[in-house]
Amino acid sequence: MNIDSIKNGYVIDHIKAGRAMQIYNLLNLNNLDCQVAIITNAKSKKSGKKDIIKIDRNIPINIDALGFIDHSVTVNVVKDDKIIEKKKLKLPEKIVNLAKCNNPRCITSIEKNLDQIFLLTDKENEVYRCMYCEMSLKKK
Amino acid sequence: MKHLIDIKDLSIKEIDDMIKVAKDIITNEDKYSHKCDGKKLATLFFEPSTRTRLSFESAMLSLGGNVLGFSEASSSSVSKGETVSDTIRVVGCYSDIIAMRHPKEGAPLVASMKSSVPIINAGDGGHNHPTQTLTDLLTINIEKGRLDNLTIGLCGDLKFGRTVHSLITAMSRYKNIKFVLISPDELKLPEYVKKEVLEKNNIEYAETRNIEEYMSDLDILYMTRVQRERFFNEEDYIRLKDYYILNKKKLDKAKKDLCIMHPLPRVNEISTDIDDDERACYFKQANYGKYIRMALILKMLEVK
Repeated sequence: MNIDSIKNGYVIDHIKAGRAMQIYNLLNLNNLDCQVAIITNAKSKKSGKKDIIKIDRNIPINIDALGFIDHSVTVNVVKDDKIIEKKKLKLPEKIVNLAKCNNPRCITSIEKNLDQIFLLTDKENEVYRCMYCEMSLKKK
Repeated sequence: MKHLIDIKDLSIKEIDDMIKVAKDIITNEDKYSHKCDGKKLATLFFEPSTRTRLSFESAMLSLGGNVLGFSEASSSSVSKGETVSDTIRVVGCYSDIIAMRHPKEGAPLVASMKSSVPIINAGDGGHNHPTQTLTDLLTINIEKGRLDNLTIGLCGDLKFGRTVHSLITAMSRYKNIKFVLISPDELKLPEYVKKEVLEKNNIEYAETRNIEEYMSDLDILYMTRVQRERFFNEEDYIRLKDYYILNKKKLDKAKKDLCIMHPLPRVNEISTDIDDDERACYFKQANYGKYIRMALILKMLEVK
C-alpha cells in the first residue's frame, strides 16, 4: 500500500491500534481541505500493530488533547520533506472541554456554560477527576 | 482572599490555630461579642438544612454581626433560572462573607471562582462539608485531648456520607490514626477514598459489617445517618436505613471513655437510651459547631 510522503505537516505515529479515528475527530481533521491519511493496523515492532495519521499541512495541534487520548504517540513535525522535530507527549495536568463529567450530581450537569475541567490526580494509574465534583473520568 | 471549599484547603497549622481560638471563645465568649460589628454574613441555602444554617447564623450573631439569606432554592432567584455565578456576584454586593449549601457537587467551587467575598462551603451534595469536619476535629480535640493516636470507628453510610470522607481526609494527616469502617456492602467506603487517602498515607484500616466486632478497640465511634436524598431508588433506602441501631447492649464491650459522635440529624441509628450516657458526645458536638464556625468567620474576615 503506497501513501505519499508529506512535504510540510505532521506524522502522528505510534497511535494505539484503533484510536486513530478518535484523534481524527478530536483534532477536527475533517475540517481540513489538505490531504490527511489515516493508516490503521500498521505493523509495529514495539506493539505488533499501530495507527498512523499523516497531515499534509502545518496546523496548530492541541498537544494536551493528544496526550490525554494517548500519551504514547509521537508527533513528527515535517518541514521540506524532513522530520525536524519529534514531539514526545505526556499526560497533561489539566484538560479543558475534552470530556464531560457524567456525575448527575455535578454542578456541570445543570450549568452548561461551565468549562468541563479535569485534573490529573493519579499519574501512575492515569486517573483524572472532575475539578468540581472530583468524580473520576472513565477514559474510553 | 481565602475561601473554604474543601477541608484540604486548610493546613494542619491553620486548623490547630482555629481550634485554639474556638476553645478560647468557649471560655471567654464575651471577649468576642463585638468582633464582627457591622459585618454581614449571607447564608445561601439552595438545599434546606436547618441546623447548619442556624449554626452559622448563631455564630455570626454571637460575634456581633448580622445575617441575611435564604433557606431554600424556591425562595431565591435560582427558581427563575439564575446561575450560581450570577447569584454569588450579586450577593457579594450585599455581604462580607457567604456560607453556601447547594445540592450540586462543586457549586461552592464555582461560586468561589466568581466571588468578591470569602465563600464557605456549607455542604455540596454528597461531596464536601468542611465545617462539619472542623466541628468534628474540635469535638475530638476537646473530648479526647488529642488528634493523634486514635482508633476511629465510622459506621453507617460510608459511601455517600460526605462527613465521613472529609473526616478521613482530615484525620489522615495526624499521626497513628487507625480506622474501622463499619457498613453494609452497599454503603462501603468508595475505593478511591481507600486508595487515594488511606493507602496513600499508609493508614491502617479494617472493614466489617458487624458494629460490635471492633467495639473494644475504638476511641471514637462516629455514627452516620443513611440519607434518603442520596438514593435514586426508594427501595434501597428503605432496605438500608435501619441497618445499624446503636443501643446500650452494643456498647457492652466499649471503652469507658469512648466518644460517640454523630453529625446529626439522627433518625434511628442511635437509640435514645444512649443520650444520657457519658460517652454520648453528639449534642456537645452540635454545640461546638457554633464555636468553630465563629473561629472560621474570624479567620476568613481577618478579624484579630
